Amino acid sequence: MKYADEFRDPDAAKGVLGAIERIVDEIGATPEKPIHIMEVCGGHTHAIFRYGLDKLTPAALEFIHGPGCPVCVLPMSRVDDCIELAERPEVIFTTFGDAMRVPGTKKSLLQAKAEGADIRMVYSPLDALELARRNPDREVVFFALGFETTTPSTALCAQQALAENLTNFSLFCNHITVPEPIKALLDDPYMELDGFVGPGHVSMVIGIEPYRFIARDYNKPIVVAGFEPLDLLQSILMVLEQIRDGRAEVENQYSRIVPDDGNVVSIEACADVYERRETFEWRGLGEIDKSGLKMREKYWAFDAERKFSMGYGRPRAKYEEPEGCKCGAVMTGRLKPQQCPQFGKGCTPDRPLGALMVSSEGACAAYYQYGGVRTQLEPAE
Amino acid sequence: MKAAVTLPDTNKRRLRAQHVTMAHGGGGSAMRDLIDDVFISVFQPDSLEDQARLTDEALSEPGAKLAFTTDGFVVDPIEFPGGDIGKLAVCGTVNDLAVGGARPLWLSVGFIIEEGTEVALLRRLVATMKAMADDIGVKIVTGDTKVVERGSADKVFITTSGIGVIPPHRNLCASSVQPGDAVIVNGYLGDHGAAIMAARGDLALTTTVESDCQSLSALMETILDTVPATRCARDATRGGAASVLNEIAEASGTHIVIDETKFPIRKEVKGLCEILGLDPLYLANEGTLVVFVPGPEAHKALEAMQSLPAGRDSRIIGHVKSGTPGRVEMTTVFGGARVVDMLVGAQLPRIC
Repeated sequence: MKYADEFRDPDAAKGVLGAIERIVDEIGATPEKPIHIMEVCGGHTHAIFRYGLDKLTPAALEFIHGPGCPVCVLPMSRVDDCIELAERPEVIFTTFGDAMRVPGTKKSLLQAKAEGADIRMVYSPLDALELARRNPDREVVFFALGFETTTPSTALCAQQALAENLTNFSLFCNHITVPEPIKALLDDPYMELDGFVGPGHVSMVIGIEPYRFIARDYNKPIVVAGFEPLDLLQSILMVLEQIRDGRAEVENQYSRIVPDDGNVVSIEACADVYERRETFEWRGLGEIDKSGLKMREKYWAFDAERKFSMGYGRPRAKYEEPEGCKCGAVMTGRLKPQQCPQFGKGCTPDRPLGALMVSSEGACAAYYQYGGVRTQLEPAE
Repeated sequence: MKAAVTLPDTNKRRLRAQHVTMAHGGGGSAMRDLIDDVFISVFQPDSLEDQARLTDEALSEPGAKLAFTTDGFVVDPIEFPGGDIGKLAVCGTVNDLAVGGARPLWLSVGFIIEEGTEVALLRRLVATMKAMADDIGVKIVTGDTKVVERGSADKVFITTSGIGVIPPHRNLCASSVQPGDAVIVNGYLGDHGAAIMAARGDLALTTTVESDCQSLSALMETILDTVPATRCARDATRGGAASVLNEIAEASGTHIVIDETKFPIRKEVKGLCEILGLDPLYLANEGTLVVFVPGPEAHKALEAMQSLPAGRDSRIIGHVKSGTPGRVEMTTVFGGARVVDMLVGAQLPRIC
């Protein structure tokens, strides 16, 4: 396949892997005292396991799997809110596919659908808009979820809905941003990170400037990376070169897709529709300042939080993370997925206890799927 | 079909309705017209007795076994590039019989029809079923029709059951797979799943991929004639090739190693999967089998398969070793290795 196979060329990979090995030696890292590189994005985590990069790279290089899987970090209470919305008789609740399986405190959207809620999987928020046009007597709610990669498309929907004066369409906004949790992780005194591989498709929208603080304030290298195995290997090599040379810079490996300034039209659309929340909860990480988006006043008519009184801060029953779940420790690199006592036992992809087992891009799910963990599974519901 | 007692004169019993109504399931003359004109006049069973009375020389061979299987078909859309639900219903059940080593002989067909369904659609489905059955050499000998209210079914659901005969001394079973065996597939993986996804139209993607829906009966006979020591075969339908491989690794307690560079996957299917975050190994097929033969006979089997239309694109994709029992491992295009596990639930397209 053109533009993909070239970046999966095993011979080219051998060259890069050799360079990685040499540079890890030069830095003097050992398996006992490894270099820690965080790949922030779940897409990268998935690619690392899918192509076996964790086994091809030296043991003195350790990947810490970051919080960049929007499905994984969604707090359970917000899933509960989705289900409450979806179960209203007038509502057609629309969502991306992989949010269907995320467990709330009582059930997932998939279970709610089986129980009769009108929940429809769409491939684009524009499909939800079309549903609203075709069903004027129903309330169509779109579950706006994801990082800067999906935010522009929902912003466009809100703008379109406003232009058409649609009265039966709203967004349930759970958009989050990438730079803020990176800052939170860097502020964590227990974190030992030597550098970052940055999410390429986020930078396609926001550019590379928002990561400047990582280099400037925390003196850590970051390389914005593509998603093919050679992209990843080259980015890792670039991070290692910075470490060896004592540099801390923001570099762009994915320049065939990512302009340094990002996509200005998208940035403007997002700024028109959304503003930052004071704080937003991340599953496994807790509240992170300024890390979530909400709709601006101009778009309140399309804000499901307002329309259905489901505000982020509304009082709700406290929930506890399931007992034994160590997602927080895994997400901050303190534990490897298989070191969690529930991994592959109480927590499997068909019955996920914790966030990281939910989506195929979560670190635990990737370990489980590609790492060969097999236990006697209970039948899926 | 059971309501009729004599072959219809289609000039007299022409069904004039354009859409199926509840009356066509009511047991009266409307139902008789539907059955006679749409089904019996096309399927032309040997006998119109209430039950099919079956006889075949293959049954009298000492040691021969009957094979009996059933399958329900509920695809949306009903007609898709490369086939329709009728073709699926014939091929699906025939293939279930064939991969078990049976020669398919007879089928039953049950239709559940939603009120309002176009009669023209039914006629098209019946025509493809008849053409497929004739082509395969299997007879549709009995059937049933029900009409349900609008909304209680999605246009047409079809159930077919099939009976075949397994000749003496044939004993294909998953547990006989052993280290040293070769793994062969007969063609491109994931075409059916991709074609159906694209045909649903909610992706706003157009693709030229067609369903691989086809009979595997002749192909299986050729494989078994060429390599009588064939261990087992499976029809890689729902859950795709990955699920079949896992089932067999588990049943035989072996470790299956497959090579990603050997997989026949069309670039259109790869592209669709890349966009949606799906894995073609888990996409459904409707005319694709995975067959295990002793390693030394792999090339003989492959050549024989490639000589038939249903096996033209056959490839050896892997081998069986002892290793970790129940494990399916893939050598990636990249030279790495990863586990290919069973699918959990349905594949869901990812967010970004």
